[in-house]
Amino acid sequence: MANQRPLSPHLQVYRWQVQMVTSILHRGTGMVLVLGALGLVWGLLALASGPQVWTQFTDCAGSAFGMVLGFGFSWALAYHLFNGIRHLLQDAGAGFSIPDFVRSSWISIIGSVVLVLLVWGWVLWQRGGS
Amino acid sequence: MSRQSMRTPLKRARGLGSAKHGTGHFLWQRVTALALVFLGVYLLGLLLWLGGADYDRAHALVSQPFNATILATCLVTMFWHAKLGLQVVIEDYVHAPLLAGIAHMANIIVCTLAAVAGVLAVVRIAFGV
Repeated sequence: MANQRPLSPHLQVYRWQVQMVTSILHRGTGMVLVLGALGLVWGLLALASGPQVWTQFTDCAGSAFGMVLGFGFSWALAYHLFNGIRHLLQDAGAGFSIPDFVRSSWISIIGSVVLVLLVWGWVLWQRGGS
Repeated sequence: MSRQSMRTPLKRARGLGSAKHGTGHFLWQRVTALALVFLGVYLLGLLLWLGGADYDRAHALVSQPFNATILATCLVTMFWHAKLGLQVVIEDYVHAPLLAGIAHMANIIVCTLAAVAGVLAVVRIAFGV
């Protein structure tokens, strides 16, 4: 480029910090959740199409690969939910001091992991029980 | 615009007015987000309650009027929110005008079709046809 003006600094020049991670993860999980939403529509279409198609769907969703995907989607949902609430609070003007910002970032990350582990623990416990 | 123009950017912009949609995207993203906090938790609960259910139980659960209503609302809100979010991603990362145009069209078409398909599926289940 002929343009010799300095460019604004981007990701690679910064030391990694948790606020960057939460921001990037929010966008990443958002994109992943679009796929999850399409999976939900697939399930509903299968349920509307009758028992045979529904069984095909539950076989896919219940396979090892399907369970791994399901786990991924559920964490993405939990994280996007936690961090989305954080963003809504920030939009309302709350929590803008740097310590608050860092703390709420960690709450989003740790909270989402805890929630997902609780939910899947419950699911697996139910399965083991039945 | 030639470089020699004596007109300022303000002169060119004045009188054209704003697009009047400046805050629309921002607001709808937040409104759908707030709705999805509640709808998403309900949906998660529904899925957990369902947990590997057989056809009859799943069908009965979705066809309950309240569940069907929430599910249909959730689908519309979800894909609306998804469309707004993906739009920002495309605006940020896809810089070639033609490719960006195609991506925006694809985003709108896929999100609309998915929402309509999901709602129709719920309606079909709820009416038992």
